[in-house]
Amino acid sequence: MRFIIVLTLSITSLFAYAQFVTGNADTKPSPGTIKQQSNPKPMLGLPPLIIPVDNPQTQAKIELGNKLFHDKRFSIDGTVSCSNCHDDNKAFTDNLPVSLGNNGKFGTRNAPTVINAAYNKVQFWDGREPDLESQSKQPLINPVEHGLSDYKPLLTIVQTDPEYVTAFKSVFNINEKAITMDYVAKAIASFERTVLSGNSAFDRYYFKGDKTALSEAQMRGLQVFLGQGRCVSCHVIENDQALFTDSKFHNIGIGINQIQQDVPKLAEAFLAAKNKGANVDISVLSDKKSSELGRFAVTDVLSEVGAFKTPTLRDIELTAPYMHDGSLKNLNDVVKHYNNGGVTKVGDPVNPYLSGGIRPLKLDNNQIDDLVAFLKALTGSKAANLAAKEN
Amino acid sequence: MSTINNSRRNFIKHSGIALLGSSLPISLVELAFAETTQNFSFAYISDSHIQHIKGAEFVRNWDQGLKRAVAEANLLTPKPDFVIFGGDLAQLGTKEELDHGAEMLSALSPKVHHVMGEHDYYLDLGEYWEKLFGPQYYSFDHKGVHFVVLNSIRTYDEWTYKRWPTNVQRMAEMAGLDNPNGSPFMVGDEQRKWLKADLAKIPKTTPVVVFSHSPLQKIYKGWNFWTEDAEQIQAMLKPFKQASVIYGHVHQIQYNQIGNISFNSVMATAWPWPYPQAYAQAEQYLPKLTVPMNRADPFFERDATGWQFINMANGRVDMHFSLDSNNSRTVGFNKSKKRPEDTVYPSEAKRTAPQTHY
Repeated sequence: MRFIIVLTLSITSLFAYAQFVTGNADTKPSPGTIKQQSNPKPMLGLPPLIIPVDNPQTQAKIELGNKLFHDKRFSIDGTVSCSNCHDDNKAFTDNLPVSLGNNGKFGTRNAPTVINAAYNKVQFWDGREPDLESQSKQPLINPVEHGLSDYKPLLTIVQTDPEYVTAFKSVFNINEKAITMDYVAKAIASFERTVLSGNSAFDRYYFKGDKTALSEAQMRGLQVFLGQGRCVSCHVIENDQALFTDSKFHNIGIGINQIQQDVPKLAEAFLAAKNKGANVDISVLSDKKSSELGRFAVTDVLSEVGAFKTPTLRDIELTAPYMHDGSLKNLNDVVKHYNNGGVTKVGDPVNPYLSGGIRPLKLDNNQIDDLVAFLKALTGSKAANLAAKEN
Repeated sequence: MSTINNSRRNFIKHSGIALLGSSLPISLVELAFAETTQNFSFAYISDSHIQHIKGAEFVRNWDQGLKRAVAEANLLTPKPDFVIFGGDLAQLGTKEELDHGAEMLSALSPKVHHVMGEHDYYLDLGEYWEKLFGPQYYSFDHKGVHFVVLNSIRTYDEWTYKRWPTNVQRMAEMAGLDNPNGSPFMVGDEQRKWLKADLAKIPKTTPVVVFSHSPLQKIYKGWNFWTEDAEQIQAMLKPFKQASVIYGHVHQIQYNQIGNISFNSVMATAWPWPYPQAYAQAEQYLPKLTVPMNRADPFFERDATGWQFINMANGRVDMHFSLDSNNSRTVGFNKSKKRPEDTVYPSEAKRTAPQTHY
């Protein structure tokens, strides 16, 4: 009997621990109260978008979110807005290996695009936040990003700037004193839910049967993508839509390969620090080596060491450099990394935590070129227009 | 149910199970096992089947399975007191395979105790293996527990010494499943005599844990999930208040209770076996199977493989299975029911249905 009691005790404390790790879970509406509505007419190639019923899309809210997203005042030195790293003109990334925050500080990870983030089942490379609302609050108070020590300076601005006061009043019907971070986050999330990409050449070919949409090389590349390249197993294409992600976490031999020897000490120290209350969001963006622990830093699951979320491939042509640490300059290098079975340079040691799906692909150079050509067929109509405007 | 809430719930649930299964932050261990200094943990890695192709080439998949288990075991906090390697390090018992496997195992920080598997044995009857890892059967004591290692995969002398024109053929015949030319595993007279003498020195109140490669119970003869003289070994363990047998070979999770003896299997790092059709010859010994083994996803080479760490709490074995890309599982000793029990799938009503979409 004693075993059972002990077990019950430890499970209870483990759940309490997990709650603690997820952080702001308490500030969210209680589970089960949120229902969803969806956008009935998604773009070609995209599934219906799920929108929380407690944060419906309105034009005014989207515009407010857009303004908040671009406001540089929400940072310790007045230079950092969300759009610094998620730049509308750079496919909502910054085209840097890792992001530049306040006072010239760099983080540890490549800015993931906001494009189609509305579809993500969890947010951030390691999935440490569940949705756009909770995600949007974190960078503001991370020391290497916006760098605010708390939300007060931001709230003071939105509660006193007449434009914001009017906007929050019209969107949420609240007085300036009632403006909290939850409302700010909801508006930002609403804006982000409009940043979508679909209707690419691939979509017209695959879902509409337009045989002229892809070039010969791109059609051959699609076959590599579906077959010998094994890409589709994680970058999923469904019968009627394609988000190009399985929403899972995989160790593909990026970042972790360089710190293999340090992992045992690093993991132990990280767990001990986390157990004493260290903030995961701050730790992983401030320390390069801790960052490479990946999903393990969030879940403590040994088999998730060095694992990161499968990103979408839509608009991938526009979001260089690649991978969670921005270590690969172009798509050719990315494909070669996979072709080598999870090592960037042939002959480098394979890391022991490598996901079981990653193995040498034996693609020749023509197949690699075709695959890269195919990836460039995933640029959406909206982004394509942006790119055209730039040129 | 919204996707958003779902994901958070899964997230929390997943974290909870994971913490229980494959890593225990220090304070939580203290909470669970604060009472006695006799409680400790060890890791168990088994059935890696390292396979030589030619030259310096080995089957990458099996290599990765063993490397992953070793790397993960090194991350355990607190550190396990020792590691058991449960046998079948090699596929065809060659020097190359055993050397390559030993090299990968040398990365483990705790001391490793080895168990002989049939894939290690039937080429040279354990000669090279002994040079690397020591005697084929032995015992040791650790923090109040008596541990016994048996070579349970020997067989009749006539089969071993007189039937096969070459050692290579002997190895190949024993490696096959459902092979009419095979022969049932057994511990044999020599070791049983030694075991009797070894156990005679141990007080009956001392917890005893036996490591063998094959199950010391009769499950399915065609795959040698079987030890011919299992009943005789069980009779020797019967006088002890707490006895446990932990075995490899089956590449799947099994647990059973026969009288005072708890039986637990361990997972393979190489590949999973499905559960065989129950063998009806000895009905009372059938282990209670929990969840039908799902077919492994062929894309993810590590699917349905894993390793385990084991807590010894008050002389009882408590198995934590670390299963890559799958939820961790724990089979602990239920004191009220006096038998091992899967903490995730304890009753038929709570079982997860096998997947049908592949």
